[in-house]
Amino acid sequence: MHHEQPFLPAVLQILVMLFAISGAVGYLILTLRTNRVKRLRRWPAWRFILWLSGTVMVSLVFAGPFAEAAHYDFRLHMAGHLLLGMLAPLLIALSAPVTLLLRALPVLAARRVTNVLRHPIAQFYRNPVTASVLNIGGLWLLYATPLFQLMHQHLWLYLLVHLHVFAAGYLFTISMIYIDPAPHPCSHLFRTVVFIFTLAAHGILSKYIYAKPLTGFPADEVREGAMLMYYGGDLVDLVIIILLFRSWYRSTAPRHSYQKIESS
Amino acid sequence: MSPEHKYSHWKKNLWAGILFGLGFVAFIDETIFHQLLHWHKFYDRSTTSIGLISDGLFHAFSWFATVGGLYLVADLMRRHVFWHKMFWGGKLLGGGGFQLYDGIIQHKLMRIHQIRYHVDILPYDLIWNITAVIMIIAGLLLIRSAKKESRRTSGGETLAS
Repeated sequence: MHHEQPFLPAVLQILVMLFAISGAVGYLILTLRTNRVKRLRRWPAWRFILWLSGTVMVSLVFAGPFAEAAHYDFRLHMAGHLLLGMLAPLLIALSAPVTLLLRALPVLAARRVTNVLRHPIAQFYRNPVTASVLNIGGLWLLYATPLFQLMHQHLWLYLLVHLHVFAAGYLFTISMIYIDPAPHPCSHLFRTVVFIFTLAAHGILSKYIYAKPLTGFPADEVREGAMLMYYGGDLVDLVIIILLFRSWYRSTAPRHSYQKIESS
Repeated sequence: MSPEHKYSHWKKNLWAGILFGLGFVAFIDETIFHQLLHWHKFYDRSTTSIGLISDGLFHAFSWFATVGGLYLVADLMRRHVFWHKMFWGGKLLGGGGFQLYDGIIQHKLMRIHQIRYHVDILPYDLIWNITAVIMIIAGLLLIRSAKKESRRTSGGETLAS
């Protein structure tokens, strides 16, 4: 699978970098502008750090030496997928981009955005079941069918798959933890049950890849990648599990208790 | 806070223990037997497909059980109704229950992996499963004793939770 020419064209890499930089600058401008408005609370700087780390991770997967190497080494491919489909979506979700946007927009435009969020189609995609099927279903399609081989032969397919991995990962994260406004929220119990099956399907797929290494890569390399998927997935999902239960813990705080006053 | 108050939360104390116990045993299994000793294998060729699914589900569930169990404890504590005896009873029951399932169903029937390789496996299996049974019995005894205690104090019926 070695070629003289790089798999990812330079134009594309520059485009991705420009996109990431404008995202960072845009987030910073919105933060600084809304911080000047007196009636609004100060936007915390750590949210910008989260946004920045998330976007840097995404661009690393698409551009630069890591992206190129990941095309030839399955372990790096899997590390890239963990960043693109799990860690970056989590960091970006925690940076609350929609809340920041709503803060910055004039009332009418902000209302239009919330109308889009409330739309039944948005609701359908935000449902934990839809998000999980898109997320893990997509991965099963990628690793259990010839799609994985095809992706390394056609650039457009490579890009499509990677965009899907990020989008589905982000959708899944925001379907589980509500950082940004979440119209029609699902109960903690429902989210937990769906999440258990999703994490199980992720672990089962990892062992499936381990058991039946993909062709085109050395078997040992694929097995190491599969273990990386298994444990790396656990690690990121553990953070989401903690955040999910923390939100339950806060929502069931006993009323008229001293603890509540102390902690707030 | 009156002692009766915790008795009305006996179910939550019990479940916090069962969940945390299950998660804790799964965590020990992963850290000690998989990562430190390298006795357990990540994947064994003889694994049945139902074994792969069962292993995946229990592995995923154990994370939720650990974190969820601990948040339940935090919730009981902020309400001043945490009940050590009931929690420990649940913990031993949940931990032993999972260990027995892992030792009999997952290791032996579904053959996901053995406790150790290239050794006579029988003593390992016996210790593993007998420990599990002891944990279950100890857990049940603790739960029974805790329930008796609550009946004595509240004079007859345990309060509905």
